[in-house]
Amino acid sequence: MPRDQDLGDSLATQVAEAAQTRTALRIEGAGSKGFLGHAVTGETLAVAGHRGVIAYEPVELVLTARAGTPLAEIEALLAEHRQMLAFEPPHYGADATLGGTLACNLSGPRRPYAGAARDFVLGTRIVNGRGEILRFGGEVMKNVAGYDLSRLMAGSYGTLGVLLDISLKVLPRPPAELTLAQEMDAGEALRRMNEWAARPLPLSGAFHDGACVYLRLSGAASAVAAAQRRLGGEPVADADALWHDLREHRHGFFRHDAPLWRLSVAATAALAELPGRWLLDWGGAQRWYAGPAAPEAVRRAAAQAHGHATLYRGHEGAARFHPLAAPLAVVHRRLKAALDPAGILNPGRLYPELEEPGGLGGLSRGE
Amino acid sequence: MDAALLAELRAILPRPGALLIHEEELRPYECDGLTAYRRLPGAVALPETIAQVQAILKLCHRHGIPVVARGAGTGLSGGALPLDEGVLLSLARFNRILALDPLARTARVQPGVRNLAISEAARPHGLYYAPDPSSQIACSIGGNVAENSGGVHCLKYGLTVHNVIALEVVTIEGERLSIGSAALDSAGYDLLALLHGSEGMLGVIVEVTVRLLPVPERAQVVMAAFDEVPAAGRAVGDIIAAGIVPAGLEMMDGFAIAAAEAFVHAGYPPDAAAILLCEVDGTNEEVSEHLLQVHDLLTRAGATQIRTARDAAERQLLWQGRKAAFPAVGRLSPDYYCMDGTIPRRRLPEVLAGIASLSAEYGLRVANVFHAGDGNLHPLILYDANTPGELARTEEFGARILQLCVEVGGTITGEHGVGVEKLDSMCVQFDRAELSQFHAVKHAFDTEGLLNPGKAVPTLHRCAELGAMHVHGGALPFPELDRF
Repeated sequence: MPRDQDLGDSLATQVAEAAQTRTALRIEGAGSKGFLGHAVTGETLAVAGHRGVIAYEPVELVLTARAGTPLAEIEALLAEHRQMLAFEPPHYGADATLGGTLACNLSGPRRPYAGAARDFVLGTRIVNGRGEILRFGGEVMKNVAGYDLSRLMAGSYGTLGVLLDISLKVLPRPPAELTLAQEMDAGEALRRMNEWAARPLPLSGAFHDGACVYLRLSGAASAVAAAQRRLGGEPVADADALWHDLREHRHGFFRHDAPLWRLSVAATAALAELPGRWLLDWGGAQRWYAGPAAPEAVRRAAAQAHGHATLYRGHEGAARFHPLAAPLAVVHRRLKAALDPAGILNPGRLYPELEEPGGLGGLSRGE
Repeated sequence: MDAALLAELRAILPRPGALLIHEEELRPYECDGLTAYRRLPGAVALPETIAQVQAILKLCHRHGIPVVARGAGTGLSGGALPLDEGVLLSLARFNRILALDPLARTARVQPGVRNLAISEAARPHGLYYAPDPSSQIACSIGGNVAENSGGVHCLKYGLTVHNVIALEVVTIEGERLSIGSAALDSAGYDLLALLHGSEGMLGVIVEVTVRLLPVPERAQVVMAAFDEVPAAGRAVGDIIAAGIVPAGLEMMDGFAIAAAEAFVHAGYPPDAAAILLCEVDGTNEEVSEHLLQVHDLLTRAGATQIRTARDAAERQLLWQGRKAAFPAVGRLSPDYYCMDGTIPRRRLPEVLAGIASLSAEYGLRVANVFHAGDGNLHPLILYDANTPGELARTEEFGARILQLCVEVGGTITGEHGVGVEKLDSMCVQFDRAELSQFHAVKHAFDTEGLLNPGKAVPTLHRCAELGAMHVHGGALPFPELDRF
């Protein structure tokens, strides 16, 4: 396979034909995120071959690449220019692509301090469910022409469109970085992580692994050194490996067979009392729970903490994503129909009910 | 407006002054900040509760009456222009800060709260709300969301969409939607992103939860003067290439400098071709380190004069000139027309040259004030509305500037929105299928098309009549032709 190629027209043709015959399509990149969401039955639409960096202007802080471009390739190119994807995306596999990252809206430890994948999207070119190639947003920081359908693609798991090209804002890599560890329990860590985040400190990561809180400082060398004096704690020797393992779920916490949940909650919400183990990332706003609690109990705990829970692993047959409130479900159903009227793009990956007549709020198909 | 309908509205809004129907009461609502377009609304509703908003929208939905939502009315593209047979729904009475949680760093506010009032309320806790449109003293947060408004801080701290975590929205059917939450993301589609910048077309915003950031330990501004515009443009690139993301990076051309200087006496060199204002913020140490670097980069880029504010008062004064640039230019001309295009920064010299040739072609003067850090241009076209035909010529000139922005890979609006003003330019930026997709999304929220109809997204018919040339990413037909 040639390394860089533009398969946009061919992908659009395949989608248009599938729309004609109402054939469900299972969009597949490198497959590294296949475990997220519900399984899709349908013909495979292979998008990994649509790859290559189209434009990168370090001085503009903008990079445009085809969706099948490996994340590793993009990160290496940025590193050459001392720049980075500030949302620090998890790869979950060596071949992870940019498209899959955005479709799942995955962001790493830097998220609370720098923003999520969706926050760095400037523009996209997509194929909608009619097989039309559409372009939204652009390659500039500010753009309010038309509805923001580019950011809508983030986290839509390929159910609203096939991502072709993505323009992202990139940022300079901080010249200095240091990680400090302090022993404390989870309750205190939660309080302290929130207090620190409210102060003008060069924070770029804060997590608690059950025993210790880890703070990452990034910025000018003098600023990092000054913050270290103010915060105290023990510098961590191999900090890059620590954050990498956390991001990629290679940290010891994740190496168990218990069902694994991601709870996205208010950073200040009290800890839920569920049997099992917890890891607090994102300064307390993203909590990983590994334990046997019933799905309903986990959902309830997440809702009480003003958030939602996603099932990453275990509880075969259970819904993967948090149920939507009825009025929101109606909007979801209509939006899906607006972008993919034949319901052929990754049907069921996000909410299987979206595809069922009478599901999600009781609207009829095609409304 | 129909008497029976007014009676029903009156029943929802019994308090005196909550429903305006007489011409003299309606007059203040005939336009927003874009005064070139005026129309009297059928009635103005000033609800005070979400239940009233729901009831009004349900009523309008039942009777097929169009509704235009309005905040502080500071929009500059006619997004809140009323409809004669429609209801203008003012959210001016939704003006309370409902909750502020310093530990969680969030504020839950009503849509009519002024942008600056949020930062004022947060300041005692060492926090502030980052997006700062120039009109922040008057504009309200609901309108900021509807327009995804920007400001000087955008390059470093993002737009409104990056700083809002939850919305309460009422649909035209009167249904209340809770979008987003106190968490950093939500299940399902990112409706929060979709609502931002949707110009009141998808729903009426009745509550906003914003993120607050710690006030930086220190902020410092440097002013640099240049005797040619491209040198100033290169300096912008040099600063960013050095790994510094300034909290603000603004540029003014010679005309704007002279106007601002005559107005506020900020100490700008009046004979400079361009000045840059570069603000760096962060911890004490970081600001010191960055200031040294910026000073060095500006010198090497050929700055003829560099001034660092010695104290807060001087910093304010340096910014004052920039913030007052619009009224300052306004003193030089009976009227001016503010454009709002965005371009990739590296194309700045050619776009400015293009604007200068257009200025000569149309015989209209232009002052350039812009957010250099993020490529958002605000060319101000000076004209006189009392000269017959001059407004039309100005608008045509403006549309040509926006076309130029699209041709170099930019967009027709960076922060002011499309409104009614840039409907024709939408036909330049988007093709038929894209515009159809926008209409389908609108339909998903508002099947009958009753919310702010006729704004933001042109009909395909309008584009066809205009015969607009579709330009994408600079891929022009006949690229060899000179278009300036």
